[in-house]
Amino acid sequence: MNIPYLLSVVTWLPAVGAVIILGVFKRDQGGAIKKFATAWFGLVFLVSLALVGYDRGAGGFQFLEDCQWIPVIGARYQMGADGVAVLLIVLTTLLGVIASLSSWEYIQRREKEYYVLLLLLQAAVVGVFASLDLFLFYLFFEVSLVPMYFLIGIWGGERRLYAAIKFFLYTLVGSVVMLLGVLKIYFLTQDAALVSKITQATIDSLAGNSQASALVASTRAAAAANGTGVFNIIFLQSLGSVLSPVAVTTLEVLLFFAFALGFAIKVPMFPFHTWLPDAHVEAPTAGSVILAGILLKLGTYGFFRFNLPMFPAAAKDLSYFGRFGVRHVMITLAIIGIIYGALAAMYFVVKRDGDVKKLVAYSSVSSMGIVMLGLFALNPNGLNGAVLHMINHGIYSAALFLLVGIVYERRHTRNVSEFGGLSHVMPGYATVFLVMAMTAIGLPLLCVFISEFLAMRGAFEAQPMWAAWAALGIILNAGYMLWLYQRMFFGNIDNPKNEKLKDMSGREWAYMLPLVALSLWIGVYPKPFIDFIQKPVNAVVRQVRPNYPLPGVPAPTQTAERQR
Amino acid sequence: MLLLQANTTDLFAVRELNLIVPEIILTVAACVALVMEVLLPNRRSRWVGYFALGGVLLAAASVVAAWVTYGVGFPLTGFYGMVRLDGFAVVFKLIFLLAAALTIAVSLRYLDVESEQRGEFYALVLFALTGMMFLASGYDLIVLFISLELMALTFYVLVSFTRRERRSNEAGMKYFLLGAFSSGVLLYGMSLLYGIAGSTNLGDIAASVNSILHAPGADETTAVPLRPMLLLGMIALAAGLFFKISAVPFHMWAPDAYEGAPTPVTAFLSTGSKAASFALFARIFLEGLGGMRAEWAPLLGVVAAITIMVGNWAAVTQTNSKRLLAYSSVSNAGYLLLGIIAANRYGYVGLALYLLVYTLMNIGAFGIIISLHRRGVVGEQVDDLKGLAQKDPVMAAAMAVFMLSLGGLPLTGGFIGKWFLFGGLLQRGKEEGKNWYYWLALWAIINTVVSFYYYVRFIRVMYLDERAADVRPLSLSPALRVALGVAVFGIIAVGVYPQPFINFAQSIVSSLAGAVGGTIAVR
Repeated sequence: MNIPYLLSVVTWLPAVGAVIILGVFKRDQGGAIKKFATAWFGLVFLVSLALVGYDRGAGGFQFLEDCQWIPVIGARYQMGADGVAVLLIVLTTLLGVIASLSSWEYIQRREKEYYVLLLLLQAAVVGVFASLDLFLFYLFFEVSLVPMYFLIGIWGGERRLYAAIKFFLYTLVGSVVMLLGVLKIYFLTQDAALVSKITQATIDSLAGNSQASALVASTRAAAAANGTGVFNIIFLQSLGSVLSPVAVTTLEVLLFFAFALGFAIKVPMFPFHTWLPDAHVEAPTAGSVILAGILLKLGTYGFFRFNLPMFPAAAKDLSYFGRFGVRHVMITLAIIGIIYGALAAMYFVVKRDGDVKKLVAYSSVSSMGIVMLGLFALNPNGLNGAVLHMINHGIYSAALFLLVGIVYERRHTRNVSEFGGLSHVMPGYATVFLVMAMTAIGLPLLCVFISEFLAMRGAFEAQPMWAAWAALGIILNAGYMLWLYQRMFFGNIDNPKNEKLKDMSGREWAYMLPLVALSLWIGVYPKPFIDFIQKPVNAVVRQVRPNYPLPGVPAPTQTAERQR
Repeated sequence: MLLLQANTTDLFAVRELNLIVPEIILTVAACVALVMEVLLPNRRSRWVGYFALGGVLLAAASVVAAWVTYGVGFPLTGFYGMVRLDGFAVVFKLIFLLAAALTIAVSLRYLDVESEQRGEFYALVLFALTGMMFLASGYDLIVLFISLELMALTFYVLVSFTRRERRSNEAGMKYFLLGAFSSGVLLYGMSLLYGIAGSTNLGDIAASVNSILHAPGADETTAVPLRPMLLLGMIALAAGLFFKISAVPFHMWAPDAYEGAPTPVTAFLSTGSKAASFALFARIFLEGLGGMRAEWAPLLGVVAAITIMVGNWAAVTQTNSKRLLAYSSVSNAGYLLLGIIAANRYGYVGLALYLLVYTLMNIGAFGIIISLHRRGVVGEQVDDLKGLAQKDPVMAAAMAVFMLSLGGLPLTGGFIGKWFLFGGLLQRGKEEGKNWYYWLALWAIINTVVSFYYYVRFIRVMYLDERAADVRPLSLSPALRVALGVAVFGIIAVGVYPQPFINFAQSIVSSLAGAVGGTIAVR
């Protein structure tokens, strides 16, 4: 199927749905609104499936769109997606359907505003993945905060006001610092001497196809005519080749950290993670699903799209701070995140009033650490694993939050100690929970195994000690998940309130099954998914380490880069 | 007509009057408004308001007409160089006119509620507006000072316009005393400049500043005899102007005056008066003192940094929305100063564009506060907005847009304005190779996060708090609705498609480019 302006359609369709709800429905028509919104999410998902037609063999950015927007500052409305973005967009639209379907019972008041905000949130997030213009990217990136703020703040738990403002301000700190980085980058592209050094060959290798190269060329021509800089992301990625010609420059390190702060808070990496448990615990189930499934990926996607290719010298730097380099900082934080997240999650199994949702939130911190470790392994295996883990985390953490939501709707509590022996009354629920817990642990034949294995292998290739530390975190992961499962589902029903619990309803099965199926599919036969991400990943690796031997690609003539 | 021309050739050519047509229109309208108030039957004072609104629109039309007619020949000077019509003047005049028109629109209903519907109010607004207009096009210290005083004196009256209210009187008194003091300081600086340059014309002053500081063969180590005096004059001028724009440490009057003044006056004070003061600031510092940028940029930088911090942090604890917005206005003075510090294309565009957007969003925010205002219910506490999203979703959405724009969220005009202000600073830092510009930009941008804390508080109260504090309907008038609609539309338009607005703001660049850019090159 060939839909013109496909990315714009997928981006703006949810916003159109929001406008329709605002205009057509009255405030008290909650039932009609939720059905309409879910149907609309379904429509958006179906349309987004057309993106699967992405030419995996060619790679690079496809579905390109280009339109003049603000010529005075060189910002253009440019859209385009590579394989990674395609997968993330489809995941987003799928989780959109699931999130809205899961809110039917949970959301009982102000339904109109709720579904409008959910739709707007999806528009903003898809926009982030689809934009090929840094200015446009930043717009979507920051605007996505607002609907989430409302989702947590209006439909959240007891401490929702605190959690909402904390989420908002934390992520804002990162993105405003990033704004300075964006401005600085923009002025760099106005520097004729610097830009003239960027070779057409670099741009071609990044774009991956002739259409994208033509887009970059026309953008540059327009910018030169107006005397402005360039915001095109493909072009900016090639800046890295000239920023630090010999050794890494302070400017590049500063820019790296300006962007990294914005994304690291979103990921969230270890010292910046404290907003996440609060936001998750207070958010409604659908909010948690979107937050864990999609919003966290904005951060790792940012690292993949900007920090690695735009500042390659900083990303692979091992000696900027003496014996310690920028890459060490990122790897160290990632490993601390993996282990700390797992330990914190374990604490909530043991704790008397341990909250299951908090546990899942901390397991997200741990999981995103694995993504970061894979990214900064800076080799094809590590990056493939990291990118695939973004998708997988989107599947299993969304599923776990949904499962927690299901039991919360029945019992209005999430304390681990309140449950026990649930497998007797809710066998179906117990089965799905088991599959997802096993996915989270990384059982072979389930999706996380593939991505964790790849990420760990990448880390091992880079530096065996890194993989060893990360493995410790993964063992802890298995520990708390099994422990949690044991405490919640096995043994006798010692709490009389649990005796009459109903098993999952048809609607609940409807939104859980696709996630279970996906987990199995990726676990058993990941090739179609790897095909999507392989070329973009190779392009990034090539950008960071021009001499690194890529599998299936003829090695460059120079001697391979020495491994540390 | 011919006779008149024959007799007055010594003074000025009659055709020079073309330069001040909008000001003439406004002065006449103000005088007519005063007379109308007396002639009209009782309770018809609203008509004066509509008349004043017509006058403002007519003046705006004449500004645009002058731009279209003479735009190619800018800058035009007249009255012995005292008045100068250029892109800078036109842009600022349009901003003042916009502010005045919106102010009149939001005050029609407010004055009814307060039982203070008197025509003098509109006449005073027009007089203040006339002063602002001359501030934008004045090119001579005398003209500038007189127009500043015209504006300030009318504002002293306007602030204490609700005479039965003690708060208003107190605010007017405070504003008057401190304002008179600051005018004195400003005048002292002006007299020093006159003493040095021997002329009150800004162009002459710029020339003599350059000849003093950049005499052939002189560098920073050479002792320049008049330099200390020049510095003293610059500091006195800066102090006087800091007061007018409410920058720290001369901001103390702002919270009291803003809180006590009738809300429409607060709106006008925080937008029109601030924009006019910035026009004066830009004229004096960028044109008159452009040659000593190296001396004043660090001073302004320190003041901007402190202003941004104090304004934002003080606003966090406020519970009265007018007082909160007063502190926000203090911090915004700091952000606007960044444009003058940068003194490059980006900075200028940022200054003009941000003032335009700031006018829209601030008057909009005060418009919402006015709509909550009813007799007995003052509606000035932040908590009075409680549950507004349930009561009137459209108004709540408008307020949310104003607040997010004040914070500078993308897709709103506030973001575009801040983009240029920060961008100008970074560009200047790169150009001069000085790091403090980067630090200042970082400091300013980190503080915007603080500002979001209190802007979002309005949104929280409106959307997140369930119960409406007060279920009675808002007091809305058609004029108020139109004003709010214009404000929301303008903010979104600037945010989503800023191209025409940037072009508009860029008109001030050509007027200022020669002043600072040239001397930088000399150095």
